[in-house]
Amino acid sequence: MAFLTLIKRDLRLAIRGGIGSLMAVVFFIVSATLFPLGVGPESALLERIAPGVLWVCALLASMLSLNHLFQDDYDDGSLEVIILGPLPLELVTIAKVLAHWISTSLPLIVITPVLAILLNLDMSGFPTLMYSLLLGTPILSLIGSIGASLTLGTRRGGILVSLLVLPIYVPVLIFATGAIEGAIFGFGESANLLILAAALVASLVLAPWASAAALRMAVE
Amino acid sequence: MKKTGMDISAHHLECFRGGRLIFQNLTFELSKGGALTLVGPNGSGKSSLLRILAGFLKPKSGHVQYNKENIFDNVDTYRSKIHYVGHLDAIKPNLTVSEHLNFWAASKGYEKPNQDILELLDLKTLSEIPGKFLSAGQKRRLSLTRLLTAPAQLWILDEPSVSLDEKSINSLENMLATHRADGGIVVIATHTRISLPNSQNISMSNFKPLKSAFENPQGTPMVDLDYGSW
Repeated sequence: MAFLTLIKRDLRLAIRGGIGSLMAVVFFIVSATLFPLGVGPESALLERIAPGVLWVCALLASMLSLNHLFQDDYDDGSLEVIILGPLPLELVTIAKVLAHWISTSLPLIVITPVLAILLNLDMSGFPTLMYSLLLGTPILSLIGSIGASLTLGTRRGGILVSLLVLPIYVPVLIFATGAIEGAIFGFGESANLLILAAALVASLVLAPWASAAALRMAVE
Repeated sequence: MKKTGMDISAHHLECFRGGRLIFQNLTFELSKGGALTLVGPNGSGKSSLLRILAGFLKPKSGHVQYNKENIFDNVDTYRSKIHYVGHLDAIKPNLTVSEHLNFWAASKGYEKPNQDILELLDLKTLSEIPGKFLSAGQKRRLSLTRLLTAPAQLWILDEPSVSLDEKSINSLENMLATHRADGGIVVIATHTRISLPNSQNISMSNFKPLKSAFENPQGTPMVDLDYGSW
């Protein structure tokens, strides 16, 4: 009950917040379109770098919106109100991450095929690109929630979050782009996707626990 | 005071913040219908004591019991059974007044509250107004209405009367009186005069540590906050 209410409330805030929650997807589009301008319109080259470019941009876009995950509620006291409820903090974290993922990563995934065409990604890589984003972006949000909760109350928290979570994002990037290349070059994508799925399950169990501990410290 | 009616009690609390001893040896007992008023100058530890009682902050030593159980044994459950209204109003610019009430009730695990509770603090006409258009006093009143969205015996209020006008302070006093008549307990920190009949008063300056208590037996400060010459 309280779990669904929290998701609904966060989504409502995201929608009414206007352009703020679309920042991530706008950043994603802008940064991905900069690459053809930077490296030149040569289609073979773009085709080769497309999986990496799309994934790095998605990763940075997801990270960009992270410090809003708990910061707004922390600043205005809503976090205390939520902590004063019976919903365990681990579930609070999952609810907030889920709402955050729906409002920032889902639009990003929807727009990805268009950008993939722009970058001349081979058609055979499209399904794997979508699978890898569907499995990988929730991992980014979950890991990011640890960084976001740990940096609550610090000034310039945003940069600190990046430094904390970017190294942990690296395996996701490697396996996701590995899967897409595996699909394009025909040496198979399932192993990489399965590792991503396993990482998603692991972070779903471990990240909320760590974030909840950091949130308890933040409200001291 | 009868031992059986004792509902919340603190024993020899000692509180450290930023490496400094704020208060020590603070003890009180409150039973059903009781009220405690904390008074004292800025920085005397009123808010810190309230945050300890709300289960956010652990005391350096001493313990707090609620219904004979140490609150820090199961602090998440304890927190879900009390109300704490701190300095921050917890009001979202993009949610309407009634949406706030619904969310607060749901976050405590209760159904949508009766919108009539808005009348008590004179907010009825504002129920569809988003938080960003509320004045400071209206925000404060909305924040206090949170106390009525879900039942809880213990109310902990940190400076509830800030930016309230006289009429609203009267309404707040009525709310507190009704709550106590129903067996509720009120702990409140305040600078302004809020009338709470038969309330215990704690003056925080009585629990201020002696000069020597800032230091350990060797005579050096217990925590060295060295910010250097910059």
